[in-house]
Amino acid sequence: MARYILNRLGQSIILLVIVSIIGFSVLHLTPGGPLSQYALTPGMTQEAMDRISEQMGLNRPLPVQYLDWAWRLLQGDWGTSYRDNQPVLDVIGRHLFATFLLMGSSTVISIAIGTWIGIRGATHRYSVFDYTATVGAMIALSIPTFWFGLVAIYLFSLKLGWFPAGNMYTIGDQSVLNYLHHLIMPSVVLALVNIAVWSRYMRTATLDVINQDFVKTARAKGASERRVLMKHIVGNALLPMITLAGMQLPNLLSGALVTETVFTWPGMGRLFLDSLGYSDYPVVMGLLMFSAILVLIGNLIADLVAAAIDPRIRLA
Amino acid sequence: MTFSHPTRRKTLQMLGLAGAAGALAPNLLVSAAHAAPPETPTGQIVVGFSQEPTVFNPLMPRIEVDDGVQFSLFDPLFRVDTQGVIQPALAAEVPTVANGGLSEDGLEWRVKLRDDVTWHDGTPFTAEDVKFTLELVVDPNFRSWRTLGHNLVRDITVVSPTEITWRMEETFSPYMSILAETFMVPKHILEPEADRNTAPFNNAPIGTGAFKWGNRIAGDHLELVANTEYYGEGPYIERLIYKYIPDLTVLYTQFKSGDIDIAGVQYISQDNYAEASKLPGKVVNVVPTATIESIYLNMGRPQFQDPAVREALYAALDKQTIIDALYYGLPTPSETYLPKQSYYYNGDLPPHEFNIDRANKLLDDAGWARGSDGVREKDGVRLAFTNSTTAGNHLREQTQQFVQQTFKDIGVEMTISNLPPAVMWGEYWTMSQFDTVLVGITFMSGADPDVSARFHSDSIGAQGGKGANNGQYVNEEVDALLAEGAQTFDPETRKPIYDKIQSIIRDDLPMLPMFQYATVRGHKEGIMGIEPNINTRIDTWHAAAYYWDK
Repeated sequence: MARYILNRLGQSIILLVIVSIIGFSVLHLTPGGPLSQYALTPGMTQEAMDRISEQMGLNRPLPVQYLDWAWRLLQGDWGTSYRDNQPVLDVIGRHLFATFLLMGSSTVISIAIGTWIGIRGATHRYSVFDYTATVGAMIALSIPTFWFGLVAIYLFSLKLGWFPAGNMYTIGDQSVLNYLHHLIMPSVVLALVNIAVWSRYMRTATLDVINQDFVKTARAKGASERRVLMKHIVGNALLPMITLAGMQLPNLLSGALVTETVFTWPGMGRLFLDSLGYSDYPVVMGLLMFSAILVLIGNLIADLVAAAIDPRIRLA
Repeated sequence: MTFSHPTRRKTLQMLGLAGAAGALAPNLLVSAAHAAPPETPTGQIVVGFSQEPTVFNPLMPRIEVDDGVQFSLFDPLFRVDTQGVIQPALAAEVPTVANGGLSEDGLEWRVKLRDDVTWHDGTPFTAEDVKFTLELVVDPNFRSWRTLGHNLVRDITVVSPTEITWRMEETFSPYMSILAETFMVPKHILEPEADRNTAPFNNAPIGTGAFKWGNRIAGDHLELVANTEYYGEGPYIERLIYKYIPDLTVLYTQFKSGDIDIAGVQYISQDNYAEASKLPGKVVNVVPTATIESIYLNMGRPQFQDPAVREALYAALDKQTIIDALYYGLPTPSETYLPKQSYYYNGDLPPHEFNIDRANKLLDDAGWARGSDGVREKDGVRLAFTNSTTAGNHLREQTQQFVQQTFKDIGVEMTISNLPPAVMWGEYWTMSQFDTVLVGITFMSGADPDVSARFHSDSIGAQGGKGANNGQYVNEEVDALLAEGAQTFDPETRKPIYDKIQSIIRDDLPMLPMFQYATVRGHKEGIMGIEPNINTRIDTWHAAAYYWDK
């Protein structure tokens, strides 16, 4: 097992280096740069832009800039945001909480409801419930989140006044209740799509095991229908779900751009878009490395958990 | 509320009063019809911005929302009022030849400062801070927003805590307006810092302004609190909050729902104007801005060498239809680069007329014959070019398609080639790599009509110049007039010079002026003290005067 983990870690580090080189090059080779946002500022001149670019070290050769960045990163220095003038890790950290809150709650909602719908759809195949769930999932998957978001805001904020039209909390009131009040709409809107995804996966996974021999054996042994369902069917159907959930980890922390924009939620998705728009290289690179690490950790954990549960993987 | 255009006489009177008007200015800002502002700062106002303010050192490169916040935290020596008149802020008076503040030749400056100003930490503001600020902006190690004007300053001498003098290397009258955009920073905080580019001050600024730094939730909002020791008018509200809402539709929704009190930059989109103006409990106005939309021609390209071509393109531009059909009739057509509200605006320029026949005739007469593909050609040069702007700007993209059609009618092939913002306004723009660009530009710097950076032949970045003459326009007469205009401080003497420059540029047409932008601004009923100012980039230039009329 230790050897397996070490192997995976080694592969991961090589992958990270490759990701960083590609990301750094693509980012810097794209025309434009962190100063282009000032090009239309009244009074801005080419001379001033050249001077600032020199001061920021932006006209050094690209490999030099990369090595400088990578060397600092190895020493734990993620750099300073161009846009914000703050350490990159601080910038990311401040957006992480908002994202975690939104994605965490919406993931809990979507996994719980999605799994239930999926199992019920599979066990009551071709029932009214199954058809409704299938059609509902197709609709939820084809309609863009921003549309759901805007409709929800129109209905529940502007017309009914039940929920705030956006934001994470009312400025000046940071009570838990206030956060919850603001959290409901965006997390449910975001969950809608994910419920659809999870229910489809779960339905397929359940159908895969429902007619397997060991299920028949369990029934033949005289196990109760409830025990057959919970232990034998669901227990085995959940296995592929673990891998999927592991792959969801980066999503969990990388944010939901559209939902965050519609509900003015100050999360990672918006940070990424804003930083990209401003060519804020240090933050974009920071986010890239951060999510690359998450992807690798997520997959590693999923594999380890799957290995722990399923001896076949361990032996292979 | 619309802008009242001051008459020439009225403006001149006000300019004459500039030095003494400081005490009167606050009264101009408050309408007598409403309740007086409260004795002590009361309540809070949330201003929504569609971009996030992130730069809080006011001497570093900034975008307009940064300006908006800095106006609340800091003060310049002078500020430009709504009529374009320069008023004292941290200075006790605006230096003139008459009050001894300026020498006859404009080279020697003597600025007297207020003696009742303190920084937010209680330290008195003195001439030492002014000296430090003026030296920091030209410090080669500092990422200064701009050095224009400041680089001419020599021999800064602190005469007393309330008096400072310096000498200019050459007479440069726009410097007065530049100083009106140069916020003073505290010497006692910044001087000890080894690196002013990364000083903690840049994220927790200390100014002299009407509001103090409260706290900032990055990506969400910024909270400022009233500076009760403020020397000037206001502040009348306890907390001023700048809320970042990254999408204009969402900004408008939150304005409707009441989550924000003022819909700030980039304001309410024009297509929502009809609905917005009928919202209960909201005040919605159309406010002209100094930004002029135009088609910039790259004068370095062979297609645009012939004046007949530029005139024909201008005649084939159906401005009014674009304004009415795409911009809901809100902007006003323009013949020049200055807004109509500027004192220096030349109103006597020949009016544009959309006339395809005339455009065709101009090209026929100049010898541009249609080729087999319908595109005109002369001496091996095809009248074909690209037009670029920010990709994703729908109104501009529709404008392009419209212009493309009318240009086609005169045998000109315009290909649309749009780019994402960081690319568009990078070297593609600054180093003149485009053929033509559809762009909105604010040409004025504060209230000053100097456009040397935009139209002087020394300012062409692509030719090693220092400015932002991205269209590579060269005209010796304009160069001479620009130099002449910068030599004198007297508005009455400067006016004919800038009239002439506008007239030449209207004839030369290095850019085809389309219209002056108008923005749709909104705030909740009961907020008083909001005053648009064409001479600043942002509506919150005077948030000190805001209050709730309750």
